[in-house]
Amino acid sequence: MSDAVDLLIIGAGPAGMAAALAAAPSGARIALLDDNPLPGGQIWRDGPHAELPPKAREMRARLDACANVRRHAGCKVIALAGPKRLLLEDAERGWLLAYDKLILCTGARELLLPFPGWTLPGVTGAGGLQALIKGGLPVDGERLVIAGSGPLLLASAATAKARGARLGRIAEQASLGAVGRFASALWAWPNKAWQALELFDATYRTGSHVLAALGSERLEGVRLQVGKRVEEIACERLACGFGLVPNTQIGEALGCALSDGAIRVDAWQASSLADHYAAGECTGFGGSELALAEGAIAGHAAVGMLAEARALWPQRQRWQGFADHLNRAFALDPALRRLAQPDTLVCRCEDVPLSAIGGRRGWTEAKLSSRCGMGACQGRVCGSAAQFLFGWQPPAPRPPFSPARISTLAKLADAAESQAPDLSSARTPG
Amino acid sequence: MSEGRAADVIVIGAGIVGAYCAHALARRGLDVQVLDAGLPGATAAGMGHLLVLDDNPAELALSEYSLQRWRDLAPELPEGCAYRSNGTLWLAENPEELAVAEAKHAVLSARGLACEMLGAQALRETEPELRDDLLGALKVTGDGIIYAPNTARWLLESDPARIRRQRAEVVEIDGNRVRLADGTWLAAQAVLLANGVQAGTLCPELPIVPKKGHLLITDRYPGKVRHTLVELGYVTSAHNATGPSAACNIQPRPTGQLFIGASRQFDSVDPAVEGWMLAKMLGRALHYMPGLGDLNAIRSWTGFRAASPDGLPLVGEHPQRAGVWLAVGHEGLGVTTAPGTADLLVAQLLGETSPLAPQDYSPQRFFGDTAHA
Ligand SMILES: Cc1cc2nc3c(=O)[nH]c(=O)nc-3n(C[C@H](O)[C@H](O)[C@H](O)COP(=O)(O)OP(=O)(O)OC[C@H]3O[C@@H](n4cnc5c(N)ncnc54)[C@H](O)[C@@H]3O)c2cc1C
Ligand SMILES: Cc1cc2nc3c(=O)[nH]c(=O)nc-3n(C[C@H](O)[C@H](O)[C@H](O)COP(=O)(O)OP(=O)(O)OC[C@H]3O[C@@H](n4cnc5c(N)ncnc54)[C@H](O)[C@@H]3O)c2cc1C
Repeated sequence: MSDAVDLLIIGAGPAGMAAALAAAPSGARIALLDDNPLPGGQIWRDGPHAELPPKAREMRARLDACANVRRHAGCKVIALAGPKRLLLEDAERGWLLAYDKLILCTGARELLLPFPGWTLPGVTGAGGLQALIKGGLPVDGERLVIAGSGPLLLASAATAKARGARLGRIAEQASLGAVGRFASALWAWPNKAWQALELFDATYRTGSHVLAALGSERLEGVRLQVGKRVEEIACERLACGFGLVPNTQIGEALGCALSDGAIRVDAWQASSLADHYAAGECTGFGGSELALAEGAIAGHAAVGMLAEARALWPQRQRWQGFADHLNRAFALDPALRRLAQPDTLVCRCEDVPLSAIGGRRGWTEAKLSSRCGMGACQGRVCGSAAQFLFGWQPPAPRPPFSPARISTLAKLADAAESQAPDLSSARTPG
Repeated sequence: MSEGRAADVIVIGAGIVGAYCAHALARRGLDVQVLDAGLPGATAAGMGHLLVLDDNPAELALSEYSLQRWRDLAPELPEGCAYRSNGTLWLAENPEELAVAEAKHAVLSARGLACEMLGAQALRETEPELRDDLLGALKVTGDGIIYAPNTARWLLESDPARIRRQRAEVVEIDGNRVRLADGTWLAAQAVLLANGVQAGTLCPELPIVPKKGHLLITDRYPGKVRHTLVELGYVTSAHNATGPSAACNIQPRPTGQLFIGASRQFDSVDPAVEGWMLAKMLGRALHYMPGLGDLNAIRSWTGFRAASPDGLPLVGEHPQRAGVWLAVGHEGLGVTTAPGTADLLVAQLLGETSPLAPQDYSPQRFFGDTAHA
């Protein structure tokens, strides 16, 4: 029951797809796995209402044509299983996969911050709403407010408008000055400038942020801080995203060093761990163009095509410059730390209010006393929020990295028989 | 260095044992100062199964007495402590184990403990998720479960006038004085060491070693299991006191989650979850409850039990350090035995008659004749 590949790529977003395509000509046996049904990651998320750009369709077709790239869809990484071996799970089975080289392309997730009313039905993340719409959620005729920070607000608004939502406001927390400086620097990336113009919406306001979602049973409106004024807007949907958090969990568990909360890489996209590479937004926020360049460099480097990898450095540098501008412009205002009230839920899975964790000394203590982060999402949402709110460092990841069937975890018995001495039964039960 | 009398008793460690002792001391009118360094403790990690164990008479006496004290306290416990008197089922897979269950039944019922034998059919009806070829089980009705971290906190908050708490690491004990990491000395009439597996860092002469355990919890599946399910297999298989071992222990939480244990390793001080050990442990649980395989696990972690050479705790005055009292070495049973430990300790500290025979748990048993003058 041994399954092995030369190169394993985790995550089939732009970075992972580019990595697989770059490595494929080497003839290496490649596995590309992703927890979604189809490749594309966040930006090219597929679904009944998704319209994939030609670039995405073309890359998908090329991947399908690569006989040496096998795809595992709907597949998650559950645990480490000894050196260069992982425990995986899909809908049918759990199994161990050994690899020689690994590229982490695990992307990023949205930062959701708690504010009064954020758990009301009708409130979602900004990227989250986009994903729901692509997946088929009807929003035709609904009044929508989008709030938070960064270009994802515009992208989400464009998707919603295209499906008939009526946009009441896009509230960007960054100041007019910061956004203005960002916009005026866009000439260096003409396609981004075009994109921004295309996506721009007349309801866009800077220096504004959400104060509360209003409503009893479900969302009825939103209260916004707009400069010095407070404004209320009636709406059926509110989508809030405060930027992105790199998915570093598996990298961390493997022992890859982080810097600034992202996986640290060198010019070859190599992490601090030999034979382990990382590309795309798990190495820091940068948009899909940067993810494509990094993915291709990592794919080439992992199979020893160093000249091809090096040839892409200038391209990466160009998009890194764009990313740097972006990150400066949309840095979060510390005032957002004060949105949550004592009775605002911080952990949705376990219904834990801010008052139950505010006075605690750290994540572990808060978790033990309040069950914060102990639910099904395992702190993925509230852990990142608590890090922003209180500066608490989330603890190192432990298996299972995602909820997994017990029968899958039992497969770890095959993982390292050599590590495991003979077992007798335990003496006492507890 | 200034040095005031901090309280009547300084308790080092705010786990379930230190907390119960502080609570019991306060009830007797003593002022208590509880110091805790906030290190990862067994109370936060463990299973909180409250159960009567009868491997030897001293263990039986202590667990039986303590269980009664938990039942007495139950009406006062807030919901956050998640106390339930759901009973334990000791599962018998073969005739040998059935004989062990029956012997256990005889011992427990002779002491008046509520328990009954379930035949194969009755067992299937009681817990339909179990494999259907088990021969039967011993049901111990008065056993229960509790969420120990919240219970410890509740005990410490029970008497704010008498129990003061401080986040501080003790780095040295000198008789009835302790030195904190910031250099401060605190003194009291007595110092109680209740710092679990870290006991040896302050008193290296204590024979306490860490025993690692793995744990896992599932998503919510309300109603799947009602009793805490434990295997009897250890009784009949060759016993290995030092090697790693695993046994089936499935506990239904009030949330509907299933809490799965238990493993034991002596050789490790690394808190990492080890895949092979986790898998062996789950293998035992799957053996008894095959349907478990399709349930989702959401989290696993480890903890360290503070093990003494004979598996019994050390409760009483330190034989070599005047003014120092001990409540350590509770192995895998310290949540259960915290109330008995506290009563034993208070009685000795106040020179009263103890409800349990103190010599069975006396630290003296590991020190030969070398008592202090
Ligand atoms: C919700 C959301 C919506 C976004 N929408 C847009 C948009 O509309 N336009 C835009 O320009 N940018 C958008 N972005 C930014 C986007 O992330 C980048 O532009 C780009 O997609 C990054 O590519 P990537 O390959 O690095 O990561 P991603 O595209 O994030 O791809 C990572 C992939 O890895 C998978 N994965 C992660 N961990 C595991 C694991 N353990 N096991 C299996 N699979 C795993 C993920 O499911 C995902 O499919 C969005 C980001 C988010 C979080
Ligand atoms: C995996 C596992 C499963 C278990 N299952 C059960 C079960 O089902 N039933 C049961 O009854 N028992 C069970 N136990 C055992 C039980 O959890 C322990 O016996 C009990 O929690 C011990 O409590 P304690 O207060 O002695 O120690 P701990 O809970 O370890 O507390 C010690 C405290 O001392 C503090 N401390 C340490 N050093 C210092 C210092 N120098 N200065 C200040 N403070 C310090 C620490 O910060 C810590 O808070 C289990 C244990 C484990 C590990």
